[in-house]
Amino acid sequence: ADVLRAAASRFSTDEKQTSRQDATSYNNFYEFGTDKGDPATYAGALVTKPWTVRVDGLVDKPADYALDDLIKPFALEERIYRHRCVEGWSMVIPWLGFPLAEVIRRAEPSSAAKFVAFQTLMRPEQMRGQRGFLPVLDWPYVEGLRVDEAMHPLTILAVGMYGETLPNQNGAPLRLVVPWKYGFKGIKSIVRISLVDKEPPTSWNRQAPSEYGFYSNVNPAVDHPRWSQATERRIGDGGLFAKRRPTLPFNGYGEQVAGLYAGMDLKTYF
Amino acid sequence: MAAPVSAARPPAGGSTRSWAPMVPRWTVYVAGLIPAAWALGLGLNDALGAEPIKELEHLLGLWALRFLLAALAVTPLRQLTGVNLLRYRRALGLLAFYYAALHLAVYLLLDQGLDAGAIAADVLKRPYITVGFASFLVLLPLAATSTNGMIRRLGGRAWARLHRFVYLAAALAALHFVLVVKSWPAEPLIYAAACAALLASRAYPAAAAARRGPRT
Repeated sequence: ADVLRAAASRFSTDEKQTSRQDATSYNNFYEFGTDKGDPATYAGALVTKPWTVRVDGLVDKPADYALDDLIKPFALEERIYRHRCVEGWSMVIPWLGFPLAEVIRRAEPSSAAKFVAFQTLMRPEQMRGQRGFLPVLDWPYVEGLRVDEAMHPLTILAVGMYGETLPNQNGAPLRLVVPWKYGFKGIKSIVRISLVDKEPPTSWNRQAPSEYGFYSNVNPAVDHPRWSQATERRIGDGGLFAKRRPTLPFNGYGEQVAGLYAGMDLKTYF
Repeated sequence: MAAPVSAARPPAGGSTRSWAPMVPRWTVYVAGLIPAAWALGLGLNDALGAEPIKELEHLLGLWALRFLLAALAVTPLRQLTGVNLLRYRRALGLLAFYYAALHLAVYLLLDQGLDAGAIAADVLKRPYITVGFASFLVLLPLAATSTNGMIRRLGGRAWARLHRFVYLAAALAALHFVLVVKSWPAEPLIYAAACAALLASRAYPAAAAARRGPRT
């Protein structure tokens, strides 16, 4: 991994960071298998150089960017964010990235653009989970945000963590981080960002619409149909006798983002 | 917690492979408890990965299911191959129960920290926990009656009828595993398929008898 320089951010939390070891060995990245250890074991097969990202859709300046060209204009920031998985565990991760808003502005979206659709690389020969006999998801992985969510200053595209470029298992070379949403919204190894006028399909919502909504904001008051979301276990909190912590609305970022959802029933739009 | 070909009946004699009875029963218990000791040791040494409680819970549950399926496999194994492990079936069944109890204990004590409200809500509202809990409740009387004394007191026929509930416990346990995961990963489905096959083998006793053929 290459060392990256980044400025500190006022959006960072000062909570204790998850160990790099845990954050890079306990991952959900089903393109490499469903076991938490699979991504660290198998993601090495993924070749991330060269890497092209297409920015297209309802924009005046669609383009295919080589990764370096996409990143170059922007100053990297370190964003230490809480990360809450829909499965009920959480981490604190020092990401390195830049606001997604910058990429969107550079593409000059038209006023018809209401949503942003994202797509992960489809490359079964390097992503063993994509060539499974029983596909766990409909590949390629897709995600989406409303434009105002995508433009929010907390929403970043990350290229690194812990001061270095992203390990493959964490979504190299480019991933989305939306800290007030469940982790699966943070799509990894992005190859396409499209501005669209309708709510785009999202992988987990397609897989189980009653369990994973388009919004998927962290919400202790709305349980997953099969388990409670009221509490979470912070990874590294202390072995076999660690206590659960209460989960916070919007993962503790409510002050910044609750306004995005004013007037919406979050039980309906979960 | 044996399947219905009961211990009250005389054991099927001729087809027993000679090596089986040479292994004393207690070694099955000792060997069977090694995974629990191993997992607990890893846990206490903080070597169970990022989510040690979940990992311990998962390992114990997985071994409960494995022993349950192993106990259910004794009869079809004898029918298909002639290898008779009937004398170890009680040990396998009781090991399944011990692991299920440890699995439940980890859930109650370590995972939920004995939070009665959260546990009650889980058992009532979460189908996978309802189903898992039900499986344990079904196993309980089977484990309690897995002694020679209880077989005598109940009578072989009643005892066998009671122990047929192991089929229900196994089906619930396999379902519990399928329901706990996201999407449809292979592992729980493989266990569910194995469980279904073992239960299906009971549904065709005539076919099984025909397959058994003449003893040599």
